[in-house]
Amino acid sequence: MEIFVQQLINGITLGSIYGLIAIGYTMVFGIIGMVNFAHGDVFMVSAFVALIASLILTTWLGISSVFLSLLIVLICAMLITSLISWTIERLAYRPLRGSFRLAPLISAIGMSIFLMNFVQVAQGPRNKPIPPFFQNVIVVMEKDGYEVTLAYKQIVIWAVTAILLAAFWYLVSKTSLGRAQRACEQDQNMASLVGVDVDRTISVTFIIGAALAAVAGTLYLMYYGVVSFADGFVPGIKAFTAAVLGGIGSLPGALLGGLLIGLIETMWSAYFSIDYKDVAAFSILVVTLIFLPQGLLGRPEVEKV
Amino acid sequence: MTQPLLAVRGVKTYYGNIIALHGVDIEVNEGEIVTLIGANGAGKSTLMMTIFGNPRAREGQIVFEGRDITQMPTHEIARMKIAQAPEGRRIFSRMTVMENLQMGAAVADPAHFEEDLARVLELFPRLNERISQRGGTLSGGEQQMLSIARALMARPRLLLLDEPSLGLAPLIARQIFDIIAELNKRTKLTVLLVEQNAFHALKLAHRGYVMVNGQITLSGSGKELLQRPEIRAAYLEGGRQDA
Repeated sequence: MEIFVQQLINGITLGSIYGLIAIGYTMVFGIIGMVNFAHGDVFMVSAFVALIASLILTTWLGISSVFLSLLIVLICAMLITSLISWTIERLAYRPLRGSFRLAPLISAIGMSIFLMNFVQVAQGPRNKPIPPFFQNVIVVMEKDGYEVTLAYKQIVIWAVTAILLAAFWYLVSKTSLGRAQRACEQDQNMASLVGVDVDRTISVTFIIGAALAAVAGTLYLMYYGVVSFADGFVPGIKAFTAAVLGGIGSLPGALLGGLLIGLIETMWSAYFSIDYKDVAAFSILVVTLIFLPQGLLGRPEVEKV
Repeated sequence: MTQPLLAVRGVKTYYGNIIALHGVDIEVNEGEIVTLIGANGAGKSTLMMTIFGNPRAREGQIVFEGRDITQMPTHEIARMKIAQAPEGRRIFSRMTVMENLQMGAAVADPAHFEEDLARVLELFPRLNERISQRGGTLSGGEQQMLSIARALMARPRLLLLDEPSLGLAPLIARQIFDIIAELNKRTKLTVLLVEQNAFHALKLAHRGYVMVNGQITLSGSGKELLQRPEIRAAYLEGGRQDA
């Protein structure tokens, strides 16, 4: 029981991070029907941006307030990562729009490899640590010397995720920008007939996806305390799995999928074998694609016209 | 004479290498209802979409309010206050009726959104009953009303209507034609109407063009065209004579 509660806490934390990344996959897929395989690496780059920003803040500027520095780091990571993602879309995807279907996908894989190698060369291949912060924990329950703990940084991750998702939900469902985004997702030609600049809306989609990935990247760095150039790949593919499990194209689905993948991974690690946790997560991808291709909250391909 | 609101001059449009419009000339003057009639596949809808630059005219010129819009991006043409209720209605089916209307108002001044909303809901009271329903759940007639209402939300200078009566019960089609006539009378709305229902369209319109195989073959006032024997034969009593 104690182990279960502990893994539940850990799983939700990890799942929040996956969910934030998965939204970027699902939004881009929804609007241009492309799996942006570079998204995981954009997430990794954002963690490096957060790393560099936090080092500048603490060592050069000497800002000691943890909350203030976290806030500044988050904003820096979101801005810079969004800019990078916008550039990628302009350079690597937009020129291929209207080309054959696989072209942007191949370009995305190329972008992924480029980002990974660029960071490896520029930042070195080793794990980069940050000084730990938010080290306190709350003991939730205790039995026979086994303590179930909830770390402060886990609370921070939950809170930041919840706030960002609320803002994001508001943006998509209530603002004219969000309406334009959804209109482009449903019928790009019609959207342009009512005066929506489709190219701009697609750019905005990449920017929003990257901003959420940057939040995930910052939280990931804070949670694990280290990041390396290869950290985009596996979490990226897991977030993609989350998007597929939730139903690609569905925003609530991405979050639900993220939480489920996070929970499956931590539970598997606790009860079976930690070495096979990635196998468990990716088996979900295969099983979903075979038995539930539209995902949990996705809509079936056939639509009434 | 004053210049027309919309002038299409010598426009040729292709789908790949297949020519769809063989040099079309039409004019629409301010305050007019102009109809374009013709058989299936004559190129009527292609002309409507070519005015919006999608597909783009390969030759010729499209001038709106004295500005050449031939090469303008589609969304900027929409911002010139040309609105279209396109073929197949194309409402945003996973958005509510309200959101569809808000999309239509995207190019209009937000200051008169409430006023315009009240106006279109008065024209189409059915939409008011369905205001928070998803577009995809509406019936065909309601979707057509929504498509026209969405276009009206832009406060268009020129309204393009592509087959508003298609697939509708005669009574509802009638209502929609009445509304178009009333809008034209009351607000001087300029309309370019594509129809297969030639009789209704010619009765409604000030002027008409007949399109055959991507070319304009006849033009004249609505009344004139209604009297022409070849029009009566081809579009009004067509099938019956052959049978």
